[in-house]
Amino acid sequence: MAPSVSAPPYNALTGVLTAAEQIILGKPQQLRLAFACLLARGHLLIEDLPGVGKTTLAHTLARLLGLDFQRIQFTSDMLPADILGISVFDRERSSFRFHPGPIFTQVVLADEINRATPKAQSALLEAMEERQVTVDGETRPLPEPFFVIATQNPTHQIGTFPLPESQLDRFLMRIALGYPDRDAERALLEGRDRRALLADIQPVLDPAGLVAAQAQVRQIHVAPPLIDYVQDLVAHTRHAATWQHGLSPRAGLGLLAAARAWALLAGRDHVLPEDVQTVLPTVATHRLQVPGGAIESRAPEDVARLLIEAVPLP
Amino acid sequence: MKPDAPQPLTLTQTWWLLATGLAAFVPLVPHVPIWLAGLTGAIFVWRAALVWWHQSLPTRWVLVLVTVAGAAGVFLEYRTLFGQRAGVALLLIFLALKQLEARIPRDGLAIIFLAYFLTLTQFFEDQSIPIAATMLATLTVATAALAALTDARISPLPLLRRAGVMLLQAVPFMLILFVLFPRVNGPLWGLPSDAYSGLTGLSDSMTPGSINNLIQSDAIAFRAKFEGEVPPRQQMYWRGPVLSRLKDRTWLPGLIRPAQIDYVPAPGSPSYRYTITLEAHNRPWLFALELPSTLPPNAFSTADFQLHAKKPVRERLRYALESHAEVMQGAEDDFVLSLARQLPAGLSPRTQALGERWANEGGNDTQRLQRAIEFLRQQRLTYTLQPPLMGQHVADEFLFDHKRGFCEHFASAFVILMRAADVPARVVTGYQGGERNPVDDTWVIRQSDAHAWAEVWLETQGWVRVDPTATSAPARIEQNLAAAVPAGEPLPMLARAGFDWLKDLRFRWWAVNNAWNQWVLGYDMQRQRDFLQKLGMASPDWRKMIVWLAVLCGTVLLALTAAMLWRRPPADPALRQWQRFCRRLARRGLARYEWEGPDAYAQRLVAALPAKAPEISRIARLYAGLRYGRLEPLALEELRRYVAAFKP
Repeated sequence: MAPSVSAPPYNALTGVLTAAEQIILGKPQQLRLAFACLLARGHLLIEDLPGVGKTTLAHTLARLLGLDFQRIQFTSDMLPADILGISVFDRERSSFRFHPGPIFTQVVLADEINRATPKAQSALLEAMEERQVTVDGETRPLPEPFFVIATQNPTHQIGTFPLPESQLDRFLMRIALGYPDRDAERALLEGRDRRALLADIQPVLDPAGLVAAQAQVRQIHVAPPLIDYVQDLVAHTRHAATWQHGLSPRAGLGLLAAARAWALLAGRDHVLPEDVQTVLPTVATHRLQVPGGAIESRAPEDVARLLIEAVPLP
Repeated sequence: MKPDAPQPLTLTQTWWLLATGLAAFVPLVPHVPIWLAGLTGAIFVWRAALVWWHQSLPTRWVLVLVTVAGAAGVFLEYRTLFGQRAGVALLLIFLALKQLEARIPRDGLAIIFLAYFLTLTQFFEDQSIPIAATMLATLTVATAALAALTDARISPLPLLRRAGVMLLQAVPFMLILFVLFPRVNGPLWGLPSDAYSGLTGLSDSMTPGSINNLIQSDAIAFRAKFEGEVPPRQQMYWRGPVLSRLKDRTWLPGLIRPAQIDYVPAPGSPSYRYTITLEAHNRPWLFALELPSTLPPNAFSTADFQLHAKKPVRERLRYALESHAEVMQGAEDDFVLSLARQLPAGLSPRTQALGERWANEGGNDTQRLQRAIEFLRQQRLTYTLQPPLMGQHVADEFLFDHKRGFCEHFASAFVILMRAADVPARVVTGYQGGERNPVDDTWVIRQSDAHAWAEVWLETQGWVRVDPTATSAPARIEQNLAAAVPAGEPLPMLARAGFDWLKDLRFRWWAVNNAWNQWVLGYDMQRQRDFLQKLGMASPDWRKMIVWLAVLCGTVLLALTAAMLWRRPPADPALRQWQRFCRRLARRGLARYEWEGPDAYAQRLVAALPAKAPEISRIARLYAGLRYGRLEPLALEELRRYVAAFKP
């Protein structure tokens, strides 16, 4: 943490979003959520069909924030060492030397994470939670900030290992990009190659500024009635028959953190119930199950509506 | 999977349904044939085993087979598939079989409603307090199962608590319906005629041993509650069937036909007013303290002064009477007197010979009566509940050989003696004495108080009661059965001495039972009318009752709803202002959704009322800042002002 660095001005934060919207067309809400997820120090899971711009989104955010970026393409024959790194015997120095894996970076794009075996998945997910890597008995810290953006193909596609619920819980948010609308797609088709555009953009924020903004998120005021509200929401998922499993305490914390980040992006110093309701579909729905598994067939927004409309504001 | 396909029953729900079935079935076990109880129980065990070992349910044809077999069994047992008992038996089989095809909550509902109905049938056989308690238990389990069907995840105790709360909420409605639902004339719990075979009571004939059997029973014959003066215990002769004709060893009643009460209370004789609650005994006669001067409704008095109902008493009957210790009567009908003289020739020759000797020696009837009493005293007869077996000439053997006998021997031998001595006499059966319950001051008269005594016709005095038992075993009359019987003889349980605390407990229990009988089971048309009048309803009829019923139920419903909707005003003053604001807009048809935050609501309002946009935004911002942000409490004043000025 760098308390000496003062928090970036509000327009720097909105500047990131404005710049990102030049690259990712027609998805301001998803961009804002992804950025809020980053500000809340959470990891992001993007679930969608191939080719809708998942990788571009991850890349854009890394560039705009001036962060190191590594991409790991997950495959079914991948081993944990391919992610974490490996110790190799150095003949000259007669000792083992650690070759850090691609995870030692600030932004990791874990592409198609559900194509890898659970073994490889768990190596990544452990690093996400602990923000450190243990190889050969030695613990190595990961850089700060550290942010994983994982992409996932819809689980009904062939050759996927769906993430178990315990792993899903580690992602603060799950968002879907969806197809662009007609205008955005036309602009995309008429415009320059996105990759070339990416190479041109300049960072709007530096890593220290990002860390300061993350600290600022934690300062956002949360009033007791709002905590009551979050508790009521979580309690409802645990007691009502609509849900198979309730939300975990981690989910409750995540909900509050994401709502704080959202409030910051809205330029407020306190969290409103609307902030919670806005982030709820992305924070809660991948952790909730409806009995009978029918949740897969419903949009996350509809599932979240079920929850929101069942819990009155305290 | 289709999202709307019914969810299968969970394991917990299945266990709850099984518990409901058992709770409905077990109380009915004593009232159904053994094979049926066995079959039903076996099906329950079968189902439990299937659940326990996670086996699938049997196929349909197995169920069809069992159903047909069960129905056939019911038909063979009752010779019908309809009617009360056969119906209950069939429903029990269905209840058990439904368990074997319960797959989805709808099947569960069928089981629960069947259980509710079967709960009611428990009352067909027995209407006592313990049965009411088991009904309540069944009801609670079934209601808990109903709650389990809507939410499978609640654990048993909270479910039972929830069921209890629901039943408690139903109590006011139950009371209103009970008090106000118009009663029809007749018993609420009508029973088929075959239900009365097991009732005990005095019969209208007397052979040696008949009362002796009766006296072993602790069953209650009737209860009496006196208003004002209570006669001394030894004067409590509750008159029942009067037996005038002797045929072989059997005493039979005279002619039963309505007659006017042709006696008047003797001047200075004490009179007693009392109410009798007679248990059903399936015979037409009613009991009264000797001798009544009033008649209960639907009853008549016979020529030999017994009270008769027009129909057999098949449900508990209450009637009020007035009786007089001494009466004066006019001339007796010749037919009645000739009956009281009739004596089969050759029966108990020694007894008859003795009586004839007294008649030949002369003297008036009073003197002959005195001789007979004197004779009985001299014979040193023993009162026993276990008299020796006697042959054809019971009176002879009793008076001259064994000299051991029971009240019926005393009465019978005495009447034969008197008839032989040419004094008209007859046997009177009924009850003597009773036990006072100090808790509610009622007298309980049991079958073990059954007694037989005699009446003789004296020219000068009319019919005079003579209790020959009293001459040899005065304790039987003055105290009770236990005192009269030699030590060591078996006695009916409740007639035994000792166990004072038990006795006290019993008295309390009887008092509770009596109140239950009087006020719950005996709450008939008349009682309802009286009770409502006492409450201030002028001339209650069914229309008024229905109106009151609807009004009271509606009131309770409203009160319960209000209690549910009423919320304490919130402690947060900003929230109070906000709710004021929201209420005003709700009147304009722009109510806030319960889950809607201030910002979202304000946006919706601005879209609907663009003219008011500045005020709305300001109020919403102030409220949000006060409640969720760090606005100074000073802003509260501002919010209050804006809300007060706001007119949608």
